[in-house]
Amino acid sequence: MIQISHVSKNYGSFDVLKDCSTTVSKGEVIVVCGPSGSGKSTLIKCVNGLEPFQSGEIIVNGTSVGDPKTNLSKLRAHVGMVFQNFELFPHMSITQNLAIAQVKVLGRQQDEAIDKGLKLLDRVGLKAHAHKFPGQLSGGQQQRVAIARALAMDPICMLFDEPTSALDPEMVNEVLDVMTELAQEGMTMMCVTHEMGFAKRVANRVIFMDHGRIVEDDSKEAFFANPRSERAQQFLAKILHH
Amino acid sequence: MNYQWNWSIFLQPTAVGDTTYLGWMFAGLQMTLMLSLCAWVLALLLGAVVGVLRTVPNKVLSGLATAYVELFRNIPLLVQLFIWYFVMPELVPQSLGDAYKQSHPVLQQFLAAMVCLALFTSARVAEQVRSGINSLPKGQKNAGLALGFTLPQVYRHVLLPMAFRLIMPPLTSEFLNIFKNSAVCSTIGLLELAAQGRQLVDYTAQPYESFIAVTIAYVAINVVVMTLMKKLEDKVRVPGYMGGK
Ligand SMILES: Nc1ncnc2c1ncn2[C@@H]1O[C@H](COP(=O)(O)OP(=O)(O)O)[C@@H](O)[C@H]1O
Ligand SMILES: [Mg+2]
Repeated sequence: MIQISHVSKNYGSFDVLKDCSTTVSKGEVIVVCGPSGSGKSTLIKCVNGLEPFQSGEIIVNGTSVGDPKTNLSKLRAHVGMVFQNFELFPHMSITQNLAIAQVKVLGRQQDEAIDKGLKLLDRVGLKAHAHKFPGQLSGGQQQRVAIARALAMDPICMLFDEPTSALDPEMVNEVLDVMTELAQEGMTMMCVTHEMGFAKRVANRVIFMDHGRIVEDDSKEAFFANPRSERAQQFLAKILHH
Repeated sequence: MNYQWNWSIFLQPTAVGDTTYLGWMFAGLQMTLMLSLCAWVLALLLGAVVGVLRTVPNKVLSGLATAYVELFRNIPLLVQLFIWYFVMPELVPQSLGDAYKQSHPVLQQFLAAMVCLALFTSARVAEQVRSGINSLPKGQKNAGLALGFTLPQVYRHVLLPMAFRLIMPPLTSEFLNIFKNSAVCSTIGLLELAAQGRQLVDYTAQPYESFIAVTIAYVAINVVVMTLMKKLEDKVRVPGYMGGK
């Protein structure tokens, strides 16, 4: 589904990504972790072309992301993305947030889009909030709406960039529960997160990044039982103790 | 000081006999309103486009937009007005210049004044639009793109609706400025409010009444604009955002 091969990216003399390669097969859930500034967000944004990269290749569902001839909007319409800061559109009601891209990008009818959006809103347990605006919801609720908004586009895979990092601790689980359910239904997912409980529950593989490199790319069993690199060991020790 | 106040002057027929002096005042007010409103609509449209271009990734486009803003913001309004009125008709293709010079003199003054005010103000609006867009969280653009919106769609549906809400207060003051700046256009002979005030002084030797009336008219415009903009601001306020309900 997603093939990342030898991707490198720099900002001037600073290498953000160094020769990163990995693949995500259909139905797989990959967790990406690593210290802050290690390039996790950059890597995941390269997958849907939000960040350009200088060398290497990324193929998503048969389409090369780096190819200048690729219609990125078309590709992104079917690659869901969830951000750390939710990024709902504050001036639109929850219903409009869910419907607008379906209408403007996929060309669906307004009522069809609203129907679909409300069904997904129900699924994330927020049906009663349809008429509200993002600013009137808690962070956890906003993030669940953001997931529903991405799902409304019938994505072939979902990218998550630290979806729970901006949340108060008591709201983390409501978002992780939605993600877990999604994973169990067979959604292909690439998740940047430090929630190791989530990784243990649903991940197929765990990728550990450090200084722009993919240092570990292991099945979760191997990763948690015995991380090979010292950096990953230190990192795990640190976050598992917290 | 023994000044002879004479408020009834406004009801007297003018020396030319076309209407009353109050009629002149209203004609001036009408001209000021028409000129300023036309120029404002153009300035908003142009300013939105140029402001957006200043924030796009394409370096050529954003460079051109920056040059536009610097040009129209930094040349004094009066100089710009003279350029539009006296110089431009000579620089454009001759047929266009001739057509302009053969049109009704008032139309000539009005067009030059409108274009001048519109472009001058559009540069200032563009700066507000740019700062509004830049003050939005960076993730908003990415969120729009990630949903499959094209860049123009992101601006249209995601960035501009919020940016315009954020810049309502400075836009209101630009809107007020355009009425004040329109007084400059009396220098090319356009009979707007300030010019009618001066004309009334010339004809009646009642300067105090004249300028008090002009002042009241400008204050009234201010009050109306501020009230309407406040209403609009309340109307588009986003629930749960920035103190909105
Ligand atoms: N526009 C940019 N210009 C220069 N450096 C950047 C830019 N964006 C990100 N970086 C740098 O790239 C590195 C990786 O960033 P990021 O992918 O956000 O890391 P992570 O998500 O793992 O915390 C960081 O050191 C960051 O400072
Ligand atoms: Mg990050």
